[in-house]
Amino acid sequence: MILSDANCPDELLYHDQHDWARLEGDEHAVFGITWYAQDSLGEVVFYDPPEVGAEIHKDASYAEVESVKAVSDVIAPLSGEIVEVNDELADSPEKINEDPYGEGWLVKVKLTAAAEADALLGAEEYRKLLENE
Amino acid sequence: MRVVRTPLYDQHLASGAKLVDFAGWEMPVTYEGVREEHMAVRTHAGMFDVSHMGEVEVEGPRALAFLQRMLSNDFATIALGGAQYSCLCDEEGGVLDDLFAYRLGGDRYLLVTNSANHAADLAWLGRWSRGFDVAVRDVADRYAMLAVQGPHARAIVRGALAIELPSRMRVLAERIGNRPALVCGTGYTGEDGVELLIDPEVAPAIWAELLDAGIVPCGLGARDTLRLEACFHLHGNDLSPERNPIEAGLGWCCREATGFIGAEAVARARAEGTAERLAPFKIEAAGIPRQGNPVMTGEEQVGVVTSGSFSPSLEIGIGMAYLRSDLAEPGTQVEIDVRGKRRAARIASKPLYASPSSRREK
Repeated sequence: MILSDANCPDELLYHDQHDWARLEGDEHAVFGITWYAQDSLGEVVFYDPPEVGAEIHKDASYAEVESVKAVSDVIAPLSGEIVEVNDELADSPEKINEDPYGEGWLVKVKLTAAAEADALLGAEEYRKLLENE
Repeated sequence: MRVVRTPLYDQHLASGAKLVDFAGWEMPVTYEGVREEHMAVRTHAGMFDVSHMGEVEVEGPRALAFLQRMLSNDFATIALGGAQYSCLCDEEGGVLDDLFAYRLGGDRYLLVTNSANHAADLAWLGRWSRGFDVAVRDVADRYAMLAVQGPHARAIVRGALAIELPSRMRVLAERIGNRPALVCGTGYTGEDGVELLIDPEVAPAIWAELLDAGIVPCGLGARDTLRLEACFHLHGNDLSPERNPIEAGLGWCCREATGFIGAEAVARARAEGTAERLAPFKIEAAGIPRQGNPVMTGEEQVGVVTSGSFSPSLEIGIGMAYLRSDLAEPGTQVEIDVRGKRRAARIASKPLYASPSSRREK
């Protein structure tokens, strides 16, 4: 991998398992996987989303993404309840590769412990982590 | 264990390969993406570095008698320059390896082994060769191996390397890179194409020529999805010493009358039937089966997936599973337990995907 390709937008928070969170107000956040995660996995051919209403827990798996050859757990960067899943991905999971921080978002969550966000990495810290991978 | 590199390691890095450890070899699993590489082979031409495959030469006045004893197929039927697929069985009929044998001379044959089994195959062949007047030689270091596959593979190879090509299931001695080489009309993708056994020293230059001619470099990831769509077995997944060729669906390459090692057990399995059989299946809606997933009917486990993947050609989950013989018939509905989720599947007939360019194949 060429590290300069591994963009990570400054406005997001990052989990060290290569997941991102975009805070929306104090109560909600959108989650996805990072550019690095999708590049490591290869072309995503299947995304199995959680149910709306499901409770998810920080650091635990809440979904799976699969490439042709591999399955990868998706780790929740924060705890909460699923309020929306990205239905577009059922027919075009490749959006996770093409636009991991935009159209490739996975779920929207109502946070149950918003203070957990303090433990996540900023973009600069996440970039440092990638340099050591 | 020491990790070994093929003569094409630098070429793989230059083409942006992701490398993985495969049976002690550092091999490219993909370059641009498994799906693109897979489709390049289905629609155009792709090439695979399969230099990790092993080569064994068997030579001597009783080479034919020796191979009749060792391999499940009937070698008396292959002419000079012919090729044949076969199982290597133990006394109980368990499959130690599956391999292609090429008849290079009157009493000289080349066997191409799976890399993970190469050393054990050599020891097994060496042990049994004592009663025969034959030499069994490890010639794996003598060859780099390139599989060039796809509907346009033959035309491009013929043009780029200016060589003659053998017809399907034949082998030709040629010169490639001004060194002796073997060109084989065989493959593992379900497409037409050739496999080139060339001098390792000229392998980088030949790879570069084929790349310039527009052949797409493909990794082991696409090799696996292509062979699975074609329902070709992978030893270690779909074949093992615990399974005999009959339950694996390889009765067609066993000729018990030749008296090969394991023939009695194979004849018994053929006559009596086996409790389980290997069958291909397709997932009906969502989900991708993986090796080790249980096959279920209701609450009963009736089998296990030995190979599973997403099929880039069919765009669904596919696989092969050993399951109870009465269920191993095309059309049977089963469920695959994919990490706790039940996925509806239907047993299919072979191949799961038939290439328009390979309809003449068996």
